Amino acid sequence: MNIFDIVGPVMIGPSSSHTAGACRLGLLAAGILGERPRQAEILLHGSFARTYKGHGTDRALVAGLMGWQPDDVRIPNALKLAAEAGVKFTFHPVDLGSMAHPNSVLFRLTGKNGNACEVIGASVGGGQIMVTKVDGFPVELTGVLPALFVPHRDEPGVIALVSTILAKKRINIASMRVFREGKGETAAMVIECDQAVPPAVIRHLEELGPVKLVRFVDKVS
Amino acid sequence: MKQDKLSWARLVSESEAKQLPLLEYLLERSAAQLETDQAAILAKMDAMLQVMEEAVAFGMTGVTSNSGLTGGSAKKLKEYMETIQADGNSRPALLGPVAGSAVTYALAAAEANAAMGRIVAAPTAGASGILPGVLMSLKEHCGVSREKLVEGLVIAGVIGEVIASRASIAGATGGCQAECGSGAAMAAGAVVYIFGGNGKQIGDAVSIVFKNMLGLVCDPVAGLVEVPCIKRNAGSVVQCLLAAELALAGVDSFIPADEAIDAMAKVGRALPYGLRETAEGGLAVTPTAKAWTEEYFKKIHS
Repeated sequence: MNIFDIVGPVMIGPSSSHTAGACRLGLLAAGILGERPRQAEILLHGSFARTYKGHGTDRALVAGLMGWQPDDVRIPNALKLAAEAGVKFTFHPVDLGSMAHPNSVLFRLTGKNGNACEVIGASVGGGQIMVTKVDGFPVELTGVLPALFVPHRDEPGVIALVSTILAKKRINIASMRVFREGKGETAAMVIECDQAVPPAVIRHLEELGPVKLVRFVDKVS
Repeated sequence: MKQDKLSWARLVSESEAKQLPLLEYLLERSAAQLETDQAAILAKMDAMLQVMEEAVAFGMTGVTSNSGLTGGSAKKLKEYMETIQADGNSRPALLGPVAGSAVTYALAAAEANAAMGRIVAAPTAGASGILPGVLMSLKEHCGVSREKLVEGLVIAGVIGEVIASRASIAGATGGCQAECGSGAAMAAGAVVYIFGGNGKQIGDAVSIVFKNMLGLVCDPVAGLVEVPCIKRNAGSVVQCLLAAELALAGVDSFIPADEAIDAMAKVGRALPYGLRETAEGGLAVTPTAKAWTEEYFKKIHS
């Protein structure tokens, strides 16, 4: 907490959780997709489903997918501008269960180059966010730090391989979580770093045999 | 190790121990925390003030919210007060020029927020009218320099940090006392600083605000940041000016600022769930609010 968390941030109103946080969720989801979405199915849960139109949550989510920041004056017109830019999006209510945060959203995204991903996240208060699922894997991404999402084959030594490459490039790991579907099946690492990971390092990681995919997810402001 | 809670009294005594003016000490502290220099802090705060001014200007055009529930009250009040002033035989305005403009501009910024304008969350979007309202009025009526207004924002920001550290600035946690109450306390501290009050007087103003706003619940109609939020921004401005004037007059607060903030935290925890931004209590469940909410949800989901 610092002085500009109190006097700030600059944002488009009316609600830090339902507008600014929604925009940041869109930004993070687009970051996970790794490209500008062409198609977005947006499913809203709880309070998001109930009040999204009044708070401009729909516009803020789409603005974030377009890569716009929470203080972008285009947010009020985001639905029209995104449609004009050829982005297809739909909104539907969804029940993500009683354990889901009341301000939750599920994105099903397809990118301009054909990438696809499914992201579940929530706006947890004061504009702060938490992505809890990527393509079915439980994760914890807040967008505060740049991160790597690395699905891979579950076998001994993969974590060491990945962390060694990062260490050699002096990239400091702030947090790391590993999940797997089952022994020997697909696993996923989520690595939050203190600095952005350069494309050359990402290519190097992608060349590792057991690694299926490397997605660099930059922090969102 | 868990960090100690911030304390306004301790910040003031630390600045005295270092023989630094309070503002200088607080700037130094923020600069160290953000790994930057004092000039950068002031420049960024100046940018915040700029956005606040623009939000007021946008609101003064008479904007209406998305839902259509609120809007236009700042413009209406300004026009009414001008009418009173123009008519020499009429009564004086109930609120003098400083309070009158501060209330008007607070309404304007809060209405700008509800209309999806660009605002500074200070401390939150729901309470984003208070600081702009007070500061813009001081600029217009008291000839306060831009530099001083920016310095006032620094004082306000640090007061907000103390509140967030000891209590909360979120309506969902502590009710409206934590949002508009904190906004008013921050603004009162800024006003006392701007007019030459010392650290103790700033703390007294903070404490007096909480004395008068303790227990205020968060009960937004349909969960929207409109009713009663916009008028509560206006009411908070009056509480802010009252507290600042008392503190500047040298009227002590019996309860120190840190303890008043702790009391606010405790009251916040004691508030029932329905009165913490859930739209399940207070004004949100009055017959009028319920009828409007039902119609509104029917309309937007059709």
